[in-house]
Amino acid sequence: MMRTVLILFLCCAMALAVVSLLWGGRARERTVNVIGSTSIQPFAEMLSEEYHRTWPDRKVEIQGGGSTAGLQACAEGIAEIGMCSRALKAKEAELFHGITIALDGLAVVVHPSNGVGAMSRGQIRRIFSGQTTNWKDVGGADRPIRLITREEGSGTREAFVKLVMAAKDNGADRVVRISRKALTQESNGAVKELVKHDPCAIGYMSLGLVGGELKMLAVDGVAPSPKEVAAGRYPLMRPFLFVVKGQPSGQSQDFIDFVLSASGQLILEKEGLVRAP
Amino acid sequence: MRIVSPAVSQRIAVSLLWSMAALTMGILVFIVAYVLWHGLPHVTWGFLSQSPRSMGREGGVFPIIIGTLWVTGLAIMIAAPVGLITAMYLTEYARQSRLTNVIRFGADCLAGIPSIIFGLFGFVFFVITLGMGLSVLSGALTLSLMVLPTIIRTSEEAIRAVPRAYRDASYGLGATRWQMVTKVVLRSAMPGICTGIVLSIGRSIGETAAIMLTAGSALGFPKTVFDSCRTLSLHFYILSREGISMANAYATASVLIVVIFGINLLAYWAMKRFVAGKR
Amino acid sequence: MKQAAKDKCISLTLMAVAMSGISGLALITGFIFREGLPIMMKVGLGKFLLSSNWYPQEGEFGIFPMIVGSVAVTVGAMLIGGTLGLGCAIVLAQFCPPRLVSLLKPGIELLAGIPSVVYGFIGVVILVPFIRDYIGGPGLSVLAASVVLGVMVLPTVTSISFDALRAVPRTYREGSIALGATEWQTTRMVMLKAAKSGIVTAIILGMGRAIGETMAVIMVAGNTLDLPRSVLDPVRTLTSNIALEMGYAAGDHRKALFATGVTLFVIIMVLNTIALAVSRRRPGRVGQA
Repeated sequence: MMRTVLILFLCCAMALAVVSLLWGGRARERTVNVIGSTSIQPFAEMLSEEYHRTWPDRKVEIQGGGSTAGLQACAEGIAEIGMCSRALKAKEAELFHGITIALDGLAVVVHPSNGVGAMSRGQIRRIFSGQTTNWKDVGGADRPIRLITREEGSGTREAFVKLVMAAKDNGADRVVRISRKALTQESNGAVKELVKHDPCAIGYMSLGLVGGELKMLAVDGVAPSPKEVAAGRYPLMRPFLFVVKGQPSGQSQDFIDFVLSASGQLILEKEGLVRAP
Repeated sequence: MRIVSPAVSQRIAVSLLWSMAALTMGILVFIVAYVLWHGLPHVTWGFLSQSPRSMGREGGVFPIIIGTLWVTGLAIMIAAPVGLITAMYLTEYARQSRLTNVIRFGADCLAGIPSIIFGLFGFVFFVITLGMGLSVLSGALTLSLMVLPTIIRTSEEAIRAVPRAYRDASYGLGATRWQMVTKVVLRSAMPGICTGIVLSIGRSIGETAAIMLTAGSALGFPKTVFDSCRTLSLHFYILSREGISMANAYATASVLIVVIFGINLLAYWAMKRFVAGKR
Repeated sequence: MKQAAKDKCISLTLMAVAMSGISGLALITGFIFREGLPIMMKVGLGKFLLSSNWYPQEGEFGIFPMIVGSVAVTVGAMLIGGTLGLGCAIVLAQFCPPRLVSLLKPGIELLAGIPSVVYGFIGVVILVPFIRDYIGGPGLSVLAASVVLGVMVLPTVTSISFDALRAVPRTYREGSIALGATEWQTTRMVMLKAAKSGIVTAIILGMGRAIGETMAVIMVAGNTLDLPRSVLDPVRTLTSNIALEMGYAAGDHRKALFATGVTLFVIIMVLNTIALAVSRRRPGRVGQA
């Protein structure tokens, strides 16, 4: 009996190896593959669901993996569309064509019990660079400030650095580094969870995902809301990109058109994003 | 150094050990109970049989359960035989040399490499170079590489623990090496080998980072091994970390625990039958 | 003669399968080194390993705080998980009634299957607030990561050491008891020594899992770039550095993350070498003595 089991196992493994090698290169079924940023993924899933409901015979598959994985997959032809939550780098911009599908505001969030309600970008910059370390210096209670930031390379962080940390000190442009003492979290949900329970914390996150449990600071006198972002008054925002290489195929173009159409944009708006300009 | 009498130290040691065991059990039971307590009330038939809707905020996890079984099952079907045979070869066949030691050492080191590195390797090699795309197959192959070191090392340990006398006796009875290995050594080593396999099943079910890069995270239903799918752990991770739905996250974790429970029971049943076939 | 030919044939087949498995592992190792080594050389090995400046956008790659973080968290995890797990294995193998064992052993192995994200999540929901409110600091800390990882490796350490203890021939134990040793003396002087190789494997695999864990650590360790000064300070480990930034990294940044992987590989190699040296110091192997 022992031997039969072993031989069976062996055969299974061999067969699998052969199958995988023979069929490995087989062309995949014609669906539109969309791969990339995990920040855009949930929204893209909503869009693909609605798309599939409107045209049941057309299929779009949404995958996460990160902006870079998305671009790489797009370059290799594994995906027709990449999702990117940061601006394309110069080298990437030569290779790909980016389509802004929506704008997303960045909300600076604190614990609901925090007395501070508004700050200027300069104040926020001093807090995140580690110069201001106590809430009483910005008009709050006597508590240490606990910084929460996002990981290096995340679209949210890059937008934050570009819009807040880039200072015009003495007329010269320079980017102030975020303090190395800042806690780093890898998702909007994680930032939210931390800020929700810690009265000392300050963080920044996607406006669409804040919900009602956190307090959002007004920045430079403007309270964050999709309306203010759309009007261009709220200073912190970033684009969500769909990225294609060369001319998109008919099917991908069709999906992109749907996303940019009134009904596609309405879905995104309902989720707290802002229409693409 | 003998300050306390053996009888006293025996009593101290035993009570200390028992309290350690109790603490261990307590923690582990607490974790399972906590998840089930928060999750089970949300596990309904609808949750088990429907597809997720609006990013998993509504609907169920049916395609995800299937995806989990696909990926894990396939990964173990590849890794278990290859790992076992490699261990067998290294201990019973290969001349014990520097090379076998290097292989052993390399396997130990790879066991500690973070899964995301395996994920990236899988992404570059299986997904892009071999053109398998984000699919159940790429995911399973990546996972099987990931658990291979664990299976090799645990099986090897189990095989090496079989007393030498058993081998000598079976040679003495005129058995060939193959007969000795399969009929004597492997059977006595079976419980240890199974531990390794069960641990590996656990590790592959629990994987998230590598899965996202190789099997993808599509919410569709995987019909063939070339389709992309999402596994329960990844679904739990996305739901809880992106703050999409806590209730569904706990419910997903509960389903996951039940699935793991089922798979382990099955593995034990298979092992029992295997060992029973001994005489 | 025919039998010998058959044996040879089987031996060759086994070798082929073993080699395919091994070459898979070799391929991965090669891949990590090929991607990571060049940038290490470019930045300069000393600077890469000993600088505390990690500003990938500005081309500064220094991973010293993360090396410290990984080591601290792993040591903490092994102190907690290793001791508890080994203790648990001894109880199961020596003092526990067999019926209870047949219930508890599968139970523990079941727990090895709970995904690390669940452990991490429970750490975030229960442990982190507890530390923040009652002990101090931001909650996300070396301590939280050590506890979560320690609990996570418990099943691995327990079940493999249990198997090792079980594999010690009965006669050893009976002989020792017959000589008048107490059960604890028997355990300490006979069983643990005889099962040493297996226990070391258990510790190595547990350590491997602890040092290689990513998701749970990201969730509870805080991931700051600063050097930790106490167990209540947050840290970033090598693995969380890789997993946090890999999704978005490109160019040199991505290569530097692979170099982080190379460093990790080397650290694990060193730890394993130490573990092997310790286990070999006194002969204690059963079977192939």
